[in-house]
Amino acid sequence: MDIRSAAIDFGLLTPHLVIAVAAMAILLLGNMVRNRGLMTVLSVGAMAVGMIYGVMQWAAPQSGFYGMVAIDNFSVFFSIIFISTGIMAILMSRDYLVAKNIDSHEYNVLIMFATVGMMLMASSTDLLVIFLGLEIMSVPLYVMAGMARRDNFSGESGIKYFIIGAFASGFLVYGIALIYGATGTTDLRRILADFTFLKMQSEMLLYSGAIMVLAAFSFKVAVVPFHMWVPDVYEGAPTPVTGYFSVGPKAAGFAALFRIFVFGFGQFSDLTMVFWILAVLTMTVGNILAIFQNNIKRMLAYSSIAHAGYVMVALTTGGQGAVSSAVYYLAAYMFFNLGAFAIITMIDCRTGSNNQIDGIKGLSGRHPYLASVLTLFMFALAGFPPTAGFMGKFFIFSEAIKNGYVWLTVIAILNSLISVYYYLRVVVAAFFMKSDKDFLPVTYRPAMFIVLLITVAGTLVLGVIPQIWVELARLSMFSIF
Amino acid sequence: MLEVIIFYISALIAIGGAVMMIAQRNPVASVLYLILSLVAQAVLYIQLEALFVGALLIIVYAGAILVLFLFVIMLLNLRGEKFGYDQGKVGVATKLIFSLVLIFELAAVVHTVSRSTNLARTSEHLNPGFGSVPPVAELLYTKYLLPFELTSILLLVAIIGAVLMARRDRADKEKEMT
Amino acid sequence: MIPITHYLILSAMLFAIGVTGVIISRNLIIMFMSIEVMLNAANLAIIAFSRSLNLMDGHVFVFLVMAVAAAEAAVGLAIIINLFRNRESINADTFSLMKR
Repeated sequence: MDIRSAAIDFGLLTPHLVIAVAAMAILLLGNMVRNRGLMTVLSVGAMAVGMIYGVMQWAAPQSGFYGMVAIDNFSVFFSIIFISTGIMAILMSRDYLVAKNIDSHEYNVLIMFATVGMMLMASSTDLLVIFLGLEIMSVPLYVMAGMARRDNFSGESGIKYFIIGAFASGFLVYGIALIYGATGTTDLRRILADFTFLKMQSEMLLYSGAIMVLAAFSFKVAVVPFHMWVPDVYEGAPTPVTGYFSVGPKAAGFAALFRIFVFGFGQFSDLTMVFWILAVLTMTVGNILAIFQNNIKRMLAYSSIAHAGYVMVALTTGGQGAVSSAVYYLAAYMFFNLGAFAIITMIDCRTGSNNQIDGIKGLSGRHPYLASVLTLFMFALAGFPPTAGFMGKFFIFSEAIKNGYVWLTVIAILNSLISVYYYLRVVVAAFFMKSDKDFLPVTYRPAMFIVLLITVAGTLVLGVIPQIWVELARLSMFSIF
Repeated sequence: MLEVIIFYISALIAIGGAVMMIAQRNPVASVLYLILSLVAQAVLYIQLEALFVGALLIIVYAGAILVLFLFVIMLLNLRGEKFGYDQGKVGVATKLIFSLVLIFELAAVVHTVSRSTNLARTSEHLNPGFGSVPPVAELLYTKYLLPFELTSILLLVAIIGAVLMARRDRADKEKEMT
Repeated sequence: MIPITHYLILSAMLFAIGVTGVIISRNLIIMFMSIEVMLNAANLAIIAFSRSLNLMDGHVFVFLVMAVAAAEAAVGLAIIINLFRNRESINADTFSLMKR
């Protein structure tokens, strides 16, 4: 361990600290200033400042805190994903919170703290810090799921998410305990360095520890068979929160999975078979169950399970190329999935909406632009060119084929075909089905408009000119260590 | 010999307490059984030379966290409610999977430990001061400074969340008035 | 000296009891306490490994896990209180509005 990596240097964590301190300041300020709009602007501004500091860490890999923190391009890329997700979640929640009368400035504060937790998960190479990051991320999310306190669905969503989350962290702690017992450390770098020796010495212990950690993160990113909670939690949570759940924690969980299983346990080839099975199960179950859903939030919940399956394909493939394709995919997924949820949130802001797919019948008649944008997002989710969804899937699948996982790719492509059916159902409902009653108009507010602008731009730019972004994603592989 | 007797008695109490905790229908009794189990575990900690953490287990875990549970149960006055056990159809498959995982886990631990050189070589001679406060403090403020600071953020977030969830707002008060 | 194996087996058994409790119990508070049992089982394993490796790091982990357990307890109990206010019940069977 060299002296630099041992240094206690809080400067390394500037982006994290900026957001955390700003969150505390807004928490205090919000009690004095009643203007919620101003609080939102401040939160978004603070997150943007954090993002700028994050970008400044690009291409300058450093580590510190006795090797617990690694600021490299990987962590920076993910930090940018998390912060953008947070900003968009704050913006798209505004109108909804006002409409549902659950407006409070603590909501923004919770998103900011959750973002800090996610960033810690991506920028750590120590299981202990990853665990603490996971908790800092999860605790605000439990509260956000139950945010609509008068609403029984929201309360149910909160308690389910909490019990499952705490259950998963029990597994995580036990897994970390076993890994610690097998190796005497929680530092992934040291585990990587001594892997051959450690494996010879205590293989079973290491194996069961790794399986437990995998199970814990599978809960978090919703991999089958640890997905049972997803539809209920996603349906019950307030709609913008659902959008946030389907992107932020998922990307964070995968960041940690990549750190642990591609980097720390990278030579643990016995796990590849486990990943293979999980990937196939996740894609298939997610896509098939999504077909039968009539509630659009439930449908997108299963769709998010399926998308976790595509990323699992990359995890199965392993190696630099596959992980960079997964990183690209997660960035793309952020845009089109949040975009889809932004539109659903707008529709859900109207009184008396019930989130059924039938509820968007006749959308194109009243709001042709909105319907077209929704179509764009659905096409991206299904993976049609020229959207980002197509390029993301293309990179993941081509990496898998390059590494000889032909069957896995065939199954993944078949799954993508299945998914076309239920995404198009939404499009058909919006364009070709007539509603018996008039479609209540939705209101455009500036915050929501910004979110739609960003997500549409992201979906198209990442799809049409992917080269730059692919290059960035490639550079974001663990550039040191 | 005495050591062995203490171990088995504590282990039995720890397991018995945990089982009784689940088997109880009255949550207050459940909490008390869990506290019993924790006290037995603290004895084991001390047997493993973890003096400071053993004390923390009683003071913080049993003394603060579980008393919070007790407090909430009393606050909600849950005694009247009847609870059964899961008989749903979802439960069966899930339970089976988890039981299998756990059996595997148990087998793996026993298997490894019985043959691994690493653990068989448990050091008889420990570093001086093992398990006392100074070494823990030294680690906390040097090597583990970051995790230590992170727990402070975590606790802050938990406070915000708890207040946000459990505070009474106007609607609550109106409900209570009626 | 009792072999470390014994402590590990005990910890595995406690963990299994905790998991079983979460799965079979219908009382949210008991489910939650079962999760605490799981965390404690992990703590016991960490302490045992720590003793056998002659490393103090494990004690710090246990300290941190306790802090996490406290944070989870605070939030979890607040969520449960809020639920109870709305429905006067903490029976997990009543939380199935979305099962169709």
